[in-house]
Amino acid sequence: MQYDNKKSQATVILEPILKTIRSFGIPRIIIILFLVSLWFSAAFLSIPFPALLYDTLIRLGMNTVLTLSMLPSILVGTSLFFGLPLGIICGLLGGVMSIELNLKGLTAFFAAIGFSIPLAILVGYGYGLLLNRVKGSEMTVGTYVGFAFVSLMSFGWVTLPFKNPEMAWAIGKGIRVTVSLEGRFSNVLNKLWAFEIYGIKIPTGALVFMGVLCLIVWLFLRTRVGLAMQECGMNPKFAKASGIDVDRMRILGTIISTILGAIGILTYAQGFGFLQLYEAPMYMGFIAAAAILIGGATLKTAKISHVIVGTFLFQGILVVALPVANTVATLGSLAEISRIIVSNGIILYALAQKGGNE
Amino acid sequence: MEGNGQIVLEMKNISKEYYGNKVLKGINLSVHKGEIHGIVGENGAGKSTLMNILFGMSVIHSTGGFEGSIEFLGKPVTISSPFDAMALGIGMVHQEFMLIPGYSVTENIKLNRETTKENVISRILGPGLQTLDWKSMGQDAKKALARLEMHIDEWAKVAGLPVGHMQFVEIARELDKEHIKLLVFDEPTAVLTETEADTLLSALRRLSENGISILFITHRLHEIMEVCQRITVLRDGVQVASKLKSETTIEELAQLMVGHSIEYMGKRKVNLTERKTILKIRDLKVLMPGETVQKVDLDIKEGEIFGIGGLAGQGKIGIANGVMGLYDSYGSVEFEGKEISINNPREVLKRGLALLSEDRRGVGLLLDMSVEMNIIAPAVEIQRKFLKKFGFFSLLDRSQIRSFALDMIQKLDIRCLSPDQPVKRLSGGNQQKVCIAKALALEPKLLFVSEPTRGIDIGAKKRVLDTLVELNQKNGMTIVLTSSELAELRSICDRIAIISEGRVMGILDPDAEDAQFGLLMAGEYAVR
Amino acid sequence: MRKLEIKKFLANNAVSILFVVIGVLGLRVSGLSLPFFLEDIVNRLARNSFMVLSLIIPVLAGLGLNFAIVLGAMAGQAAIIVVTHWKIPGISGILLSVLLAFPIAVLLGILTGRLLNRARGKEMITTLILGFFANGIYQLVFLLLVGSVIPMKNDVLVLSSGVGLRTSIDLTGGLKNGMDDLIRIPFPISAVIIGILLSGVYLFKYFFQKGTVRIGKLLGMGILGLFLVGWGAFHVYTHSMFNFVRVPVGTFLIVLGLCLFITFFTRTKLGQDMRTVGQDRHIAEVAGIDSDRVRIIAMVMSTVLASIGQIIFLQNLGTFSTYGSHEQAGMFAIAALLIGGASVAKATIGQALLGTLLFHTMFIVSPLAGRTLFGDAQLGEFFRAFVAYGIIGLSLALHSWKKQMLAREEARRSV
Repeated sequence: MQYDNKKSQATVILEPILKTIRSFGIPRIIIILFLVSLWFSAAFLSIPFPALLYDTLIRLGMNTVLTLSMLPSILVGTSLFFGLPLGIICGLLGGVMSIELNLKGLTAFFAAIGFSIPLAILVGYGYGLLLNRVKGSEMTVGTYVGFAFVSLMSFGWVTLPFKNPEMAWAIGKGIRVTVSLEGRFSNVLNKLWAFEIYGIKIPTGALVFMGVLCLIVWLFLRTRVGLAMQECGMNPKFAKASGIDVDRMRILGTIISTILGAIGILTYAQGFGFLQLYEAPMYMGFIAAAAILIGGATLKTAKISHVIVGTFLFQGILVVALPVANTVATLGSLAEISRIIVSNGIILYALAQKGGNE
Repeated sequence: MEGNGQIVLEMKNISKEYYGNKVLKGINLSVHKGEIHGIVGENGAGKSTLMNILFGMSVIHSTGGFEGSIEFLGKPVTISSPFDAMALGIGMVHQEFMLIPGYSVTENIKLNRETTKENVISRILGPGLQTLDWKSMGQDAKKALARLEMHIDEWAKVAGLPVGHMQFVEIARELDKEHIKLLVFDEPTAVLTETEADTLLSALRRLSENGISILFITHRLHEIMEVCQRITVLRDGVQVASKLKSETTIEELAQLMVGHSIEYMGKRKVNLTERKTILKIRDLKVLMPGETVQKVDLDIKEGEIFGIGGLAGQGKIGIANGVMGLYDSYGSVEFEGKEISINNPREVLKRGLALLSEDRRGVGLLLDMSVEMNIIAPAVEIQRKFLKKFGFFSLLDRSQIRSFALDMIQKLDIRCLSPDQPVKRLSGGNQQKVCIAKALALEPKLLFVSEPTRGIDIGAKKRVLDTLVELNQKNGMTIVLTSSELAELRSICDRIAIISEGRVMGILDPDAEDAQFGLLMAGEYAVR
Repeated sequence: MRKLEIKKFLANNAVSILFVVIGVLGLRVSGLSLPFFLEDIVNRLARNSFMVLSLIIPVLAGLGLNFAIVLGAMAGQAAIIVVTHWKIPGISGILLSVLLAFPIAVLLGILTGRLLNRARGKEMITTLILGFFANGIYQLVFLLLVGSVIPMKNDVLVLSSGVGLRTSIDLTGGLKNGMDDLIRIPFPISAVIIGILLSGVYLFKYFFQKGTVRIGKLLGMGILGLFLVGWGAFHVYTHSMFNFVRVPVGTFLIVLGLCLFITFFTRTKLGQDMRTVGQDRHIAEVAGIDSDRVRIIAMVMSTVLASIGQIIFLQNLGTFSTYGSHEQAGMFAIAALLIGGASVAKATIGQALLGTLLFHTMFIVSPLAGRTLFGDAQLGEFFRAFVAYGIIGLSLALHSWKKQMLAREEARRSV
């Protein structure tokens, strides 16, 4: 008994410290150091800090929802949501429809979301059925199903009967590779309730929108169904023994991820100012996956905080790297290259950890 | 031949501790040339630990080694890995086949011992690139099979062979190893049909006539009596007897195997005939791998503690899992006079049954989740407890969860830092208590409890059993206790069913004779 | 019985048969003339076969489809860049690039193998992501470090800023066709030779390796061989366009050499160990095989072969996109292998070669067919990409599904 007490006392003291170190992990420490050093060099090169922070906040608002789409998938046990392009395409279709109907402003934005959700439910349901048949290989199958869907939709973009001349090629048929959202819903969230403080502009609307979505997911995880979903991911046998239909939960998780992917790309597009069609969605899944992993998630566990912290760190690096690199030398592609290395590096790191099956 | 040949293996005064828990105490075992030596014992009696020592398995060495000495052919030896054992000429025929289904019989027999020929490339790049000599491999395989008088096509794929033949391929592989002197058979007949088992036994005799010594581990006592010259009985890590076959009987072996270890605490004999049947199981068949239930009929009376015993792999575990819908099952189950649909865990739980799974860490717990969430999770899902309504949706009610968890922690004496602690940090006994709390949150009318004391220390064991008795007596909960430890069943159950080969062999009172339990467990019908 | 066999054959080869149909239909719709098509396909076979074959060994070792042959391709490409910089042309340049690529490929192979030993059970997704990751490193080296950290002065290869390589590199006058042009024989003569070889091999197998070839197959192959001989001999003496299709025999001999090596390798001790590890790692380890080591060796072999494969690929193509060619190499090779009927768990030389043929047939005809059918060549290209991705996704899914069904069956059977 005495032995027991001693041990627990030691763990009381050590636990929080070890826990912080463990939850940080080496790659995260590297990334934080990298970001901090980038900030310092930015200051050193007298790149205006408020502009950088504004950019980071904008990017945070743009990307968080896409990163959030990883969360249900990880929690329900289907691992990283490499099928994200499916959700993205639903979102893009919604966006295109909203333009086709000649909508403008916030109405256009929310209409686009409204159009894309039923599509996402449908696509997510089908994808969920598929994932239930390939348990253990969700990531590889998801990647290639995503790729295949993207190239299949390339047909769609050419042949679907959208008429609005804003989107069409000057010659030839089909929709353009990038459709401008100028006068549609470009920056609608970023400008909503925006204000300036200490010279830093705050894109309030975008941050509120992303916050609300995170809150909804957070609340959902605290409902009966949300709990059941997490049980499926942590231990499918436990879930089954508790009377939960694991396959149905996996489908539900996939649908939610797909919907978030659709909303995510529209949020992204409002900040970016363009809808990017054709092959653009292909690699977005990896970026979102990297972001949540940087935030501290693993292939099996994830939290809302991982989503926000990860997106902030990852986008922070990308935002700061570009001007820093441009000032040091004309290394135009440094930002792009570091994006590739960081994002795939962190996914590799997660894969090489023990446990979890693909 | 009995005991007069040269001594091949001598294990002297072998003892082994796992984390302060003595699992083997001073075992002496000797095997003569050409002898078939039987080892019998219940699960956990120490048979596999003894064999792990003989084969130098890493599980022994990573837990502090063992005491005692081993002599092989009269010389003291140290066996620190299975390869040492192999080099000495000790071979093992595994219970689960170590065969590659896609390979031919020959390829399996010569696995990693292929005969090779040199070629131009191998002379330059090394022996790894020597070509396989199929012809001589085939001949070797044929020879090894011939020694067993088995006529299997040595080029046939293993995947298509009947199970019995696979066993022979496995034996042939050992025979093909040069200088094989001692072969260990671990429950070799468990997967075989009766005729296949007979063929195997005669093969064993033939091998022994050829001078190969055999250690034969089985729970089928009649097989032991049929082929062995000497028999060693283990119980709770103690060597209770070593006998010549001519000096003993099946009944005596059965009695020795089970033994008296705990007195029946049956102060509460209840008259069961007056009670009504709460659970009626008919023709239950459960496809649980490794624990298949073939055909089981049981009537559980309201308010009793019903025990289910038997050896591992015989299907006792499958019954509770089947009723709870965790594995595909067939048959009919009535609860409180109304049929319940099996294969539907949700409905079964809703009707007021619950299961304390034998696979605590695999099925029973969410290891990464907190103690309190583990306790309330099924109750939330099944009974929508612990929820608070907010308009059109409900969220988990934190304060209600916390107070229930604290209550359980206090009642069951769960040692944890806080209800927030992840259960994977708790000891086995405390994890088991979390499982009990989880079942209690469901307030079941009937609770299946499977192997509740497996892997937990002795003090905690007693507390778990006491809790079960208390639940039964104070709350009137019907309990169906499945356990490999007969002593445990006999200490708290009102009746005990013994399962063998997926069927009920018989239902005994806890104070019935040892030999009766032993015989039922060994699959021999009791002499009534 | 017979009927059942045909049904089984159709079911097992559904993918390949589908692509034969697509190829034949596409060929008709595209309106390509046969000699023109042959010229293209022969070239493409010479170009890509080696790369596709380099995928077989990891499949054997149970590592699945090695998406990380991209790393081997990068090694080969890096070597080519160096050799082009040094202006060493022709076959000597090619040999030098193989030598240069070798140590890089070995190192990358070892690293990949070790990574895969850490990421057990997640091999394929790991090789896939590793390919992307390595691509980042590759870009870092050749886009940013060359010219700034690594000194390199070459107006043709380096961008005008002095840092980074141009996005496409022309091998004309350098390595282009260095191997292909060693020996070129008109197509009809090649057909005669292949015909003789084909019937010869099967006759040999039938009479000297009894039981490996059935009489039906012997007859079929014999007739095909005779047909090739007859057809070739006929065309040699005409002025048909076929005589202008000149087969790069040297390259094909190298491919043949690799086929022979793989066949030989599967019959060696190491090859058998690899198969054992691929079938069941646990049993292999119990039998005393060091499975980690065997897996690393498999990765090294595959990476080295892929580096050679990429060199062959690029010398045939004669020009390449500095930052894109390797990326495509991996995916196209895998798609080709799968189209040939291979799966994650099984791949043969025949499947690799057939797959290369079918995949490239589709590659040639789909833009043309797209133009004829939809008036838009781009649609054909989308179709091509869709097929490549789709076939990989489909076969991964089928494999996983099959595994799941088998496990269920196993559980049921154990009862």
